[in-house]
Amino acid sequence: MLGRTAQGLFWMFRYLERCENTARMLEAGARIAITRWEDANDEWGSILTTTGSRTDYLALHDQIEGPKVIDFLLREKANPSSVRASIASARTNARAVRTALTREVWEAVNEAWMNICDALENPVSDAQLPAALNLIRQQAALVRGSLYGTMLRNDIYDFARLGTFIERADSTARILDVKYYVLLPSVRMVGSQLDNVQWETILRSVSAFRSYNWICGGDITPTGIADFLIFDRRMPRSLAFCTSTIAENLAYLASAYGITSMSLSLAEARDRAMREMTIEDVMDTGLHEYLTEFLGTTASLAAQIEADFRFIG
Amino acid sequence: MKNKKPHFDEMLDDADHPRGPYQDYGNWLAGEDEKRLLSKARESEAFFRKTGITFNVYGQSEAAERLIPFDIVPRVISGREWTRLTRGIEQRVQAINAFLHDIYHKQEILKAGWVPRRLIAQNAAFLPQMMGVTPPGGVYTHIVGTDIVRTGEDDFFVLEDNARTPSGVSYMLENRETMLQMFPELFSKVQVRPVGDYPERLLRSLKASAPPACEGSPTVAVLTPGIHNSAYFEHAFLADNMGAELVEGSDLRVVDGRVGMRTTQGYKAIDVLYRRVDDEFLDPLNFNPTSVLGVPGIFDIYRAGGITLANAPGTGIADDKAIYSYMPEIVEFYTGEKAILKNVETWRCSEEDALAYVLEHLDELVVKEVHGSGGYGMLVGPAASRKELAAFRRKLIARPSNYIAQPTLSLSTVPILTKKGLAPRHVDLRPYVLVSPDKIDIVPGGLTRVALKAGSLVVNSSQGGGTKDTWVLGD
Repeated sequence: MLGRTAQGLFWMFRYLERCENTARMLEAGARIAITRWEDANDEWGSILTTTGSRTDYLALHDQIEGPKVIDFLLREKANPSSVRASIASARTNARAVRTALTREVWEAVNEAWMNICDALENPVSDAQLPAALNLIRQQAALVRGSLYGTMLRNDIYDFARLGTFIERADSTARILDVKYYVLLPSVRMVGSQLDNVQWETILRSVSAFRSYNWICGGDITPTGIADFLIFDRRMPRSLAFCTSTIAENLAYLASAYGITSMSLSLAEARDRAMREMTIEDVMDTGLHEYLTEFLGTTASLAAQIEADFRFIG
Repeated sequence: MKNKKPHFDEMLDDADHPRGPYQDYGNWLAGEDEKRLLSKARESEAFFRKTGITFNVYGQSEAAERLIPFDIVPRVISGREWTRLTRGIEQRVQAINAFLHDIYHKQEILKAGWVPRRLIAQNAAFLPQMMGVTPPGGVYTHIVGTDIVRTGEDDFFVLEDNARTPSGVSYMLENRETMLQMFPELFSKVQVRPVGDYPERLLRSLKASAPPACEGSPTVAVLTPGIHNSAYFEHAFLADNMGAELVEGSDLRVVDGRVGMRTTQGYKAIDVLYRRVDDEFLDPLNFNPTSVLGVPGIFDIYRAGGITLANAPGTGIADDKAIYSYMPEIVEFYTGEKAILKNVETWRCSEEDALAYVLEHLDELVVKEVHGSGGYGMLVGPAASRKELAAFRRKLIARPSNYIAQPTLSLSTVPILTKKGLAPRHVDLRPYVLVSPDKIDIVPGGLTRVALKAGSLVVNSSQGGGTKDTWVLGD
């Protein structure tokens, strides 16, 4: 496979994942806006921080307001991480690696792009928002479904998975980091109204509100949530799940190519470390410090994958 | 009582009865509901958009991807007509390859005075770097798209030879695929020869032209200028269907005397490169130094037998419009036979008498740039306004050698389906010819381009033309 093709696959699936993650965060934000309206603007602010687009937003608008944030994250041309820009980038990458995709996967991503662009052609009103977000999640699911259902489990698939899980690890870690202070065990107002809102949005941002409740049996604690999103291997968006999936796919690549790679050693080292650690260790080091380091290794892992597999000449 | 049609219609005779090859289709059509057909036509557009079969139009803002309109009435060619066409095309393609070899070696046709020397020496399409170079297997034009027009029952003319990088074959394949999906029942009633194995035939043909340096089964790749090229979809389509890598210049590098592509496991040598990049941009060290689309040094590897380039560099000299006018001589010189397919009468404006005639009859003629393609920079005299004619006249006088002129042919028509029923539109035909050292292979079919505007003679997709599925019958 061409290095450029590997790069295209990797980024196609990063952008697709980004598109979906942004939709999820918008969903969480919109829920807060209608149920806890007094906290809404703070929430929109942290969503902008999480998606790394606060500066870009403030360059265009003076104030953080729901409808403007929604439009910025869904449709803004100047925002490279908007849903519209992400799906267009996913599709452009897909077009560049067209020969590596089955017809089903290509058609799914091409249709996702057409349908999402149609739905986002005009500003989305509050009333239309749930349907629009639903469409985005559905379209992303169709691409993923066609990938699972029709692609060979070879290096093409591995690079697609690596892109997905690098992006997802990054996203979950950012969601946690923006709110890390509400997950610290020593916070004064434990159990207060404020914290419940914050916890709820964290869980909703990764579509895990129900599953966490189900797992913890209704006993919601901040450390429990942190543990769930960092270490729980049953949770497909947790840091541990993403880390071991990355290591797994790099191991498949190594065995298919008959090589060992730097990126594999890096990923395996992180996977081992996470298996030996507990949430208490993390709290001792400092949650914020831990997440900062996690984001750093994720970025170097992505750079190492790029170098190991000759994405660029 | 019906009037005689102004142009030869391939489907309907003057009494509006289907002609021989259209008999079965006509019978089927007579039993169809027009509303259903119109809704099928709309369906086909959604189908094309979904599969992403688009092309980019140069000079339009936003680099928009557009669909080439597709018409659901097929263009039918009888087996007998096809046999005659292919014999003529084979002869012509053989002559073109012999001509290219001669021009880049001994130049006997020039010595014999059959083609004027200045036409070669001063021609931008002539590549001096190819002098003395023999491509692997002696093949210059691995893929040719011969443009053919028809004016009557038995009157076929070659309009252009397209010996560089003819495009459009993906439409031939997708048009058929669309028809098979929309009208499966039709194909059980009419015996249409299949075209779907074109990619395998192309791959076979390319592999048969492997260079001396090739060991084992040849590695084939398709070189594209990138996703912004107007024919990118086709490049990806062909690579995909051949199971070949689709590469860009930035993926390639000269490594150990071969051209290698950068894979996830290091550089891998390419044996045959089906390049969809023009000569000029192929190699910044040997040709245009500012090109970023090509591969530095690839031409040196080519000369040393390390890679096959399809088509060979320098083939443009054979499909140049000024050379075109000498094709009857070229065919006769190399094959010893008269050309089976006719040339369209051509005035070379570089010649004084011809120029005088062309200026005199500008409003009756079609005038083309010698190196132009895609319908750009062309004048259709009868359709031009007085102002356009005057402007073109000035250009013509300023640079006469840049132009040739041809009579406005009464091109045949085939009906298209419009909201008001069937309506005749002008068509042309581009069959695809594969040349390898051991044979010339012509897929039974081709691309039929159709001018969608009533009366228009310009069929180019960049100028608003559409396409039709082309049926060659198995009779």
